[in-house]
Amino acid sequence: MPEANPGMHVSDIAHLARIDLTSEETALFQSQLDQILHYVEQLNELDVGGVEPTAHAIPVYNVLRKDEIGQSLDRDAVIANAPAATGGQIRVPKIIDQ
Amino acid sequence: MKYEATIGLETHIMQKTNTKMFCACKYEYGAEPNTHVCPVCLGYPGALPVMNEKAIELCCKAGLLLGCEINPYSKWDRKNYFYPDMAKNYQITQADQPLCLGGQVAVEVDGEMKTFTLERIHQEENAAKNTHVAGASLVDYNRAGTALMEIVSNPCMHSAADALAYLTALKQIMEYGGISDCNPEKGQIRSDVNVSVRPVGQEKLGSKVEIKNMNSFAFIQQAIEYEIDRQIEVLESGGKVVQETRGFDSDRGETFSQRTKENAHDYRYFPEPDLMPVKISAEQIGQWRSELPELPVQRRERYVKELGLPEYDAGVLTADMATSDWFERVMVHTRNAKAVSNFIMGEMMRLLSEHGLSIAESKVTPEKLAEIIALIDAKTISTGAGKQVFEIIFNEGGDPKQIVEEKGMAQVSDDSALEGWADEAIASNPKPVEEYKAGNAASINFLMGQVMKASRGKANPGAVMQMLKQKLDG
Repeated sequence: MPEANPGMHVSDIAHLARIDLTSEETALFQSQLDQILHYVEQLNELDVGGVEPTAHAIPVYNVLRKDEIGQSLDRDAVIANAPAATGGQIRVPKIIDQ
Repeated sequence: MKYEATIGLETHIMQKTNTKMFCACKYEYGAEPNTHVCPVCLGYPGALPVMNEKAIELCCKAGLLLGCEINPYSKWDRKNYFYPDMAKNYQITQADQPLCLGGQVAVEVDGEMKTFTLERIHQEENAAKNTHVAGASLVDYNRAGTALMEIVSNPCMHSAADALAYLTALKQIMEYGGISDCNPEKGQIRSDVNVSVRPVGQEKLGSKVEIKNMNSFAFIQQAIEYEIDRQIEVLESGGKVVQETRGFDSDRGETFSQRTKENAHDYRYFPEPDLMPVKISAEQIGQWRSELPELPVQRRERYVKELGLPEYDAGVLTADMATSDWFERVMVHTRNAKAVSNFIMGEMMRLLSEHGLSIAESKVTPEKLAEIIALIDAKTISTGAGKQVFEIIFNEGGDPKQIVEEKGMAQVSDDSALEGWADEAIASNPKPVEEYKAGNAASINFLMGQVMKASRGKANPGAVMQMLKQKLDG
């Protein structure tokens, strides 16, 4: 059993993702997360001091498009995907404390 | 104890593009909700973003206008947060490699020239518009994903006046540069303001408070003033300023503590795997630089040096781009810059403000003003009559020459008509006549006034003066 990573707690991540977990689930996922982190940590054995960080594996740059208007979706179809709507707007639980 | 405030601004500016930053949906203010949306800006799984070439160009041009260094290599990052204004649950932005680095805004504050330095400008995407109603929030994704750039200043300002001057100059440059319309009512320019206070002489900055998302410049000024006073009061009473995010209540003119969405490290920035980095060549930068328009400060200089206008006039005319452009359009038809300037600063601005109109809505077109000025310069009408013609056209429209004819406004330079008035003025005012002859040259002005009055303003003043002198001296 690898040591728990002090920087990554399932409970914090669950909060950020707005997911409710039971204490059993938290414990289960924490042990799985720790295993994953431990596995990835093997990379720390490598000396990458002289290697430039890269976000992509292939050297492709400037994938651009012209500023020309294209087709948007039909609003009814968009609204049909939303759990609730009012007057063409998507309705969600109140998101500001007044 | 004396205190010093330190202020930094993060200003979000919506660029003037036809489409959104990463998809081809139209950017249009005030459209029916959720009519300009697609799988990309709604965050549907598998939808891939593609960069808008025009937005990159505008961001870099903004950088060039502000003296930034254009980063030869920049990349994209995801800023993760849960909020319905961003359907993907992350915002695409630039964390460590923005498009533009450094830069500055030079501006006069209370008669003193100041330079406010910038940290960076990065490109990102806008969030959706939320409206809060009873028990629920409504989301319109038309604005989600539109091109938004963030101009980050260094903490280099020290008063609300500094911040206001900086923002005004920034807005002016963005408008002139065609980067953004910067309409605060449309949310096209919004700022987060960081304010801290420390005792004068203390090296370390005080705890900073961030006031979020303000569009009105007047509110920004009020919020800064309030916040400086509040923080000084906290320190004076022996307390500590809490580092926090505050909102501004414009009705009460006060800031208030706000609960924050997440802590900074909770944003879990990481490189955006769906977008390739941007490389910008020196040739490209040179090309963009050659396309930059003249800035207000350069125009002001040109008006003074080449057109011979006073500094004051040049400042007023270039204060906003619409007025300055209008002035330039008149100058195509006339060489009398000072006359144009006088009409714009005088009659035009007075009438526009009385009627609540913008210069673009004026019935007096640049061509018509040039014609009025030509009539004055040719001495066909007096300056006073010119102003009347201007006002008539402003209110009712019409053609300058025709109005002058119809209303009989043409000046009288005809000697026979002038002679009668001059003789009468001399005959019925013996005292000024005597004084003039005794060497008091100014007395002739009284006689001139009498002639002008008799002619009901239509006599040509130059011709009257000549006639009077001829009669009295001769």
